[in-house]
Amino acid sequence: MIKTDVVIIGAGPTGLFCAHQLGIIGLKCEIVDNLDKIGGQCIELYPDKPIYDIPAVPKCTGEELTNNLIEQIKPFNFNFHLSDRVQKLKNENNKWLVKTLNGKEFETPNIVIAGGVGSFEPRKFPTKSAEKYDGKSVLYSIKDKTIFKGKSVVIFGGGDSALDWAIELSNSSKVTLVHRRDEFRGVPASVQKIKELSDNKTIDLITKYSIKDVKGNGSLESVEIKSESGESKVIKADYVLGFFGLIMQLGPIAEWGLNLDKKTIPVNTENFETNKKGIFAIGDICTYPGKLKLILSGFHEGALAARGCFKYARPDEKYRFEFTTASSTIKDRLGVKE
Amino acid sequence: MAKIKYIEFNGTEHEADVANGLSVMEGAIQNDIPGIDADCGGGMSCATCHVYINDDEWFKKLPEKEMGEDDMLDQAFEPKSNSRLSCQLIVSDDLDGLTVHMPEKQV
Repeated sequence: MIKTDVVIIGAGPTGLFCAHQLGIIGLKCEIVDNLDKIGGQCIELYPDKPIYDIPAVPKCTGEELTNNLIEQIKPFNFNFHLSDRVQKLKNENNKWLVKTLNGKEFETPNIVIAGGVGSFEPRKFPTKSAEKYDGKSVLYSIKDKTIFKGKSVVIFGGGDSALDWAIELSNSSKVTLVHRRDEFRGVPASVQKIKELSDNKTIDLITKYSIKDVKGNGSLESVEIKSESGESKVIKADYVLGFFGLIMQLGPIAEWGLNLDKKTIPVNTENFETNKKGIFAIGDICTYPGKLKLILSGFHEGALAARGCFKYARPDEKYRFEFTTASSTIKDRLGVKE
Repeated sequence: MAKIKYIEFNGTEHEADVANGLSVMEGAIQNDIPGIDADCGGGMSCATCHVYINDDEWFKKLPEKEMGEDDMLDQAFEPKSNSRLSCQLIVSDDLDGLTVHMPEKQV
């Protein structure tokens, strides 16, 4: 059990800057994110796309913004818990007990939800029959590639994950790559390689087809694919892999008894607290009259939520407003010398 | 201004007058029409404003896809050759009478 002042859910720009503000006012926090890296949408959706509306930064990419924020909170040495997801919350004696999917437990008076539009999950096959094999022979990520040795593997998708795995697995498996159109969005070198492997019959490349059904008797045996004009083919398959990118799901957040407005959480704009005492929501996931889904709004919201957290983390102390330019306490926390 | 018809997967029809310059996606969101999520808010980075243009004449009449739209559509729910991202369809008088069909789901 880790005891802390605040658990932040979401390591996007909003969560990171909120962590900075907590550090500045002398609070500790632990940051949990479902992705395997820090940065949220900035890093997952648009690492290379320039952003033009960060105050005083005329232009920066999602990746640069993330790296600068990581740098900014470095002095506080906060822990990140990546590839993990907050699953359950329980209130006990005004403390929140927080459990994650990987079994970590936190005790905290404050939770800040900076979850964007929810957690990123792989997009799955639309076919109901695929659910039965999910995690066994229908996979959306690969942990151990040795299981495919000597097997028939049918890969769906046209991006880098699909192409890279098709190339990699073609060494030791019978690979079929299926994509809905003739163009691929993977890097040109991989696309070229796939075409070569297809030309010399190392892999089967089938375009303009998508999944129709998976079939098996206990274990997976084949996958049926369809074209838009209605033709279908059946391919022998021991494993079916789908790489259609990530989608965002609200996930367990919807089960915590918070008021929800569509996929967002209403908050008050004084401290961004939700209807639950000690649970705050900031960034894209919160809503209030006039809400703008801008990174800069998330920064403002995080700063105020941090002060809201102070009240519950230090009930016997009075919060004192200080400037970073002037306060020696803050400079100590930042580890800077005059 | 254009009258846009949005048809949900279950057949429910909605009609909205959408001002020029807005996207077909924004027309749906501003009028509380269900079936279009638009998680990323119009940045062409999520594929949750996916629609089908079932009328071939209309599909051809729409401005062509820019680079990247098909890449995003690869990641949509059940994309087809008549799929578009509604955030990329900017409304003008020319779009008056357009009908878009929503997929069974976005995520």
